[in-house]
Amino acid sequence: MDFELAVFLEVLPALAAGAVVTAQLALGAALLGLVFGLLGGLARVSGNRLLRGTSLGYVLIVRGLPLLVILLFLYYGLPSIGVLLSAPTVAVLALSITNGAYVTEIVRAGIESIDRGQMRAARSLGMSYPLAMRRIILPQAFRRVLPPLTNEAITLVKNTALVSVIAISDLLRAGVDAMTWKANTFSPFAGVGLLYLVLTIPLLVLNRTLERRYRIR
Amino acid sequence: MSTTPPMLRIRNLHKHYGSNPILRGIDLDVARGEVVVVIGPSGSGKSTLLSCINFLEPFDTGEVRIDGEPIGWCGGGEGSRVRQSERDLDRLRASVGIVFQQFNLFPHMTVLANLIEAPTQVLRIPETQARARALALLEKVGLSGKAGAYPGELSGGQQQRVAIARCLAMQPKLMLFDEVTSALDPELVGEVLAVMRRLRDEGLTMIVVTHEMGFARDVADRVVFMDGGVIVEQGPPAQLFHRPNARRTREFLGKFANTDERATTLASAPPTGDPPGPLPPSNLVSP
Ligand SMILES: Nc1ncnc2c1ncn2[C@@H]1O[C@H](COP(=O)(O)OP(=O)(O)OP(=O)(O)O)[C@@H](O)[C@H]1O
Ligand SMILES: [Mg+2]
Repeated sequence: MDFELAVFLEVLPALAAGAVVTAQLALGAALLGLVFGLLGGLARVSGNRLLRGTSLGYVLIVRGLPLLVILLFLYYGLPSIGVLLSAPTVAVLALSITNGAYVTEIVRAGIESIDRGQMRAARSLGMSYPLAMRRIILPQAFRRVLPPLTNEAITLVKNTALVSVIAISDLLRAGVDAMTWKANTFSPFAGVGLLYLVLTIPLLVLNRTLERRYRIR
Repeated sequence: MSTTPPMLRIRNLHKHYGSNPILRGIDLDVARGEVVVVIGPSGSGKSTLLSCINFLEPFDTGEVRIDGEPIGWCGGGEGSRVRQSERDLDRLRASVGIVFQQFNLFPHMTVLANLIEAPTQVLRIPETQARARALALLEKVGLSGKAGAYPGELSGGQQQRVAIARCLAMQPKLMLFDEVTSALDPELVGEVLAVMRRLRDEGLTMIVVTHEMGFARDVADRVVFMDGGVIVEQGPPAQLFHRPNARRTREFLGKFANTDERATTLASAPPTGDPPGPLPPSNLVSP
């Protein structure tokens, strides 16, 4: 075993910088993915066939493709048709498109889990469909989707590791660099693993807390 | 004033689900202040009829007018009709209250919030005004102390009274009740029926689908018997219950012979829990 505390401590600042990049990517992709997922989920339950079909197509295509393929397509494929995006933009876009597809399904399931009588009661009081969604259905669905959303956030943090292939200095890339530079594999990677856990374990705890809270009710 | 239209006018109403005809030509007029009780076996189309009245379920053909105004389809003949604008539909729906068997209160809101939601969001009534009206209605249904409670903290009978108050907060022209006591424990039925009895006394126009025959006999101006998607027979309660014309009506009523007495007792029992407050002088429909 070649763990050396000195090397570990020495590379830690560089790794921490990488962890910040990873956290930023995950946060950006989570927020954008939430927007995609909310729109996708609403489209999925709408009365409009075109919206339903588009949303279903989005979910099928994205869930059927490896994230790495989406990432490389946006990075290397789009420039060939004249669309040139920066590496961080591609990273956030690829991650949020993927995340959004899963969130779409979560939002759809959340909305469908609300008793149909709620929509009937709201509409019978003269509320329009958008108003009933916003005031009656979504607030109730929100509590039910929180646990699965935190689950998706954990997957998202781990998925960010893939962006190191398009020259982004995220946590994994920082670890690989340190390994080459220090000619020591174990110490930097211990730091990489540790920092991923620092990012994911709070989310895991949050997920468990939310699941427990909303199961009992 | 012979020109005043009836509060509700239904003509030749038809409705299918898939290939099953559910309503097969319903004609029904309900006058202002009239209480019509609808009875009939399970699956005869009673709930479907109520859902068609406010177009929660679009009907196939025929016409429904609320206080003279058509709801649902507009335009020319069968071929050229178009669906009414959502805005008009929402406006008409706001004028028809419907109370469901399963209450369908909004569980994430307090009782008070349930009552002011539609008045403030749909009718755009100022919140202070909506709140004052809601509190008066809660007193009327005997739930003054429950404004801050959540629906999940209330008994079924209390929840159903909140649901009635929530409809009344919209000052509806017409109220529809769909087996509103069927999901309640027997000892909670009376308190809900007592509230409905009061609404009748105050002149609210109501259509009541119920299996409480004693209550039907007491409050109905007219009883309608439905079977197989048609109105088989209708008339004043004394006639329909005691001298029904159709054999199907007699057979149906025969099943209730034993339960009649129970229903009557419950219907006239005073509400349990908080008793409804004294009757305010104002008409309930326009507090
Ligand atoms: N959404 C629906 N899709 C398909 N069929 C339906 C639907 N709603 C009702 N039906 C059918 O329509 C028929 C009439 O139903 P409806 O609920 O109007 O009867 P009902 O008289 O209210 O009966 P109950 O006394 O049991 O409430 C039933 O056979 C029912 O199965
Ligand atoms: Mg029914």
